[in-house]
Amino acid sequence: MSSIIIIAITAIVVLYLGLYKVKSALLPVSVLGLLGAAASLVCVWDKNISYFNDMLVFNNYAIAFSILLIATTILIFLLSGNYFEKISSNVAEYYTILLFALSGGVVMVSFQNMSMLFIGIEILSVSMYIMAGIKKTDSASNEAALKYFLMGSFATGILLFGIALIYGATGSFNLVQIAGKASEQPLLFYAGVIFMLIAMTFKVGVAPFHFWTPDVYQGAPTLVSSFMSTVVKTAGFAAFLRLFGSAFTSVPAIWTVTLVVMVVLTLLIGNITAAFQQNVKRMLAYSSISHAGYMLIAILLLGQASPNAILIYSVAYSIASVASFGVMVAVKEQKGSDDLSAFNGLGRTNPVLAFVMTVALCSLGGIPLTAGFFGKFYIFGVAIAANYTWLIAIAVLMAAVGIYYYFKVIIAMYLRESENSESIQLSLAYKFVLIFCIMITILLGIAPALITNIL
Amino acid sequence: MENITNAITLVPLNHYILLSSIIFFIGIIGVLTRRNAIIVFMSIELMLNAVNLLLTAFSAYRGDAAGQVFVFFIMAVAAAEVAVGLAIIVMIYRNNNSIDIDLLNKLKN
Repeated sequence: MSSIIIIAITAIVVLYLGLYKVKSALLPVSVLGLLGAAASLVCVWDKNISYFNDMLVFNNYAIAFSILLIATTILIFLLSGNYFEKISSNVAEYYTILLFALSGGVVMVSFQNMSMLFIGIEILSVSMYIMAGIKKTDSASNEAALKYFLMGSFATGILLFGIALIYGATGSFNLVQIAGKASEQPLLFYAGVIFMLIAMTFKVGVAPFHFWTPDVYQGAPTLVSSFMSTVVKTAGFAAFLRLFGSAFTSVPAIWTVTLVVMVVLTLLIGNITAAFQQNVKRMLAYSSISHAGYMLIAILLLGQASPNAILIYSVAYSIASVASFGVMVAVKEQKGSDDLSAFNGLGRTNPVLAFVMTVALCSLGGIPLTAGFFGKFYIFGVAIAANYTWLIAIAVLMAAVGIYYYFKVIIAMYLRESENSESIQLSLAYKFVLIFCIMITILLGIAPALITNIL
Repeated sequence: MENITNAITLVPLNHYILLSSIIFFIGIIGVLTRRNAIIVFMSIELMLNAVNLLLTAFSAYRGDAAGQVFVFFIMAVAAAEVAVGLAIIVMIYRNNNSIDIDLLNKLKN
């Protein structure tokens, strides 16, 4: 709880710093506030504290995911350096809105009551609607904002209808009490579960409710897309698992079939469409859909190992995404484009950037010796334990398609010639974030035991 | 308050569920078929109000205030969402002189 308060207060302080034109203090204050929030979470590890009549419960699951969200946000903030200043003059608002979004994310991973789930999702989403449309005169950004807004509030409506039906069936918003009274009025309850399932898959961008994702990711400013594909997605999946893992465990039969179909569709659509993209940003957007498909496998088979599998996958995926989006921002700033051809010859002009991108893409593709391999390994382990071998066959096949399109970028970087041989100059913080992400990726790829037994 | 809850319970619960579901699906159909951003937005509000009605009815039938408190949450959050949403629609109108969502097709392969 103190972490949510610290993040919200930091956001307000940053807003005031912007009012008094102290631009140089924005980044240090935000990062310090986030470090404070993370420290306050570490202090309550293993304590299982609940707040407001069990509305929020900070168990280890919530703490681990909150720290992941905070760490990802710090990395994105460090990358933002002067990126936001180039888009608009109101830099303080970017930090503020992203911090508010993060506080919503922390509520989402620690809720124990449907009302907190709703509030958390809304704090996160409403902030992201603003961030998607932050380039006011850019038509792509406008389009992204309106699409995200309409689709997001549509999903919220469906979520609320589901919550209302479940309240009608059980008379409670508390997850534990809902689980206890699940069989009282099965018809209302099952209808509610299906509505909530649709809404949550909408929010995390799983097929067939994925159609807004590529447009929004492509239209939004790149660093905002990286925030969406890491923090928003991780928070969404953590909330999804927390909801289904504690409230709806007694009735898996009604959603298993639906979810299996969704997993297969997501893996097929995400990977195969990504393979045809020429724009790297859009390709990463489709690849983030396919990653949602892999993470959904762990939710499909709610077992003891699911939280851990989702955590490992989110860590690997977030870190690799931050690195790849970071490289893309640097390339776009110099070449003015994020098409595949902009990456031509990067291996010769900027060996470090090319190496960072290579490791990040290998991790996203799930190649051994990177964190992404163990992410997929543990997710597949969950599925094999539940006898879903055929699903694993499809998932592995699609992972191979994934490697194909990730390697298109790597081939462009190392084997194609570029017309422009200037190297890209990066600030110190930028280099630090990229190198840090790569080191974590390789470290977890060699010694996954560091995080496999946290939950 | 007592009178109101009694008045609500005069109508059978199933009627409330049916009415809310109908309003909710009118909202969904509106979102899917209308092309004007404001009308799509109104349809979404219709969906939220159907939920409010349903929560109030359940709350009155169960004699539990939590459902009505949740309605307040929904109203407050929906108001925040309206503020942001209308700002986005105004922004689009200033750039395009139109709020037809069919114009929004520039982000394609």
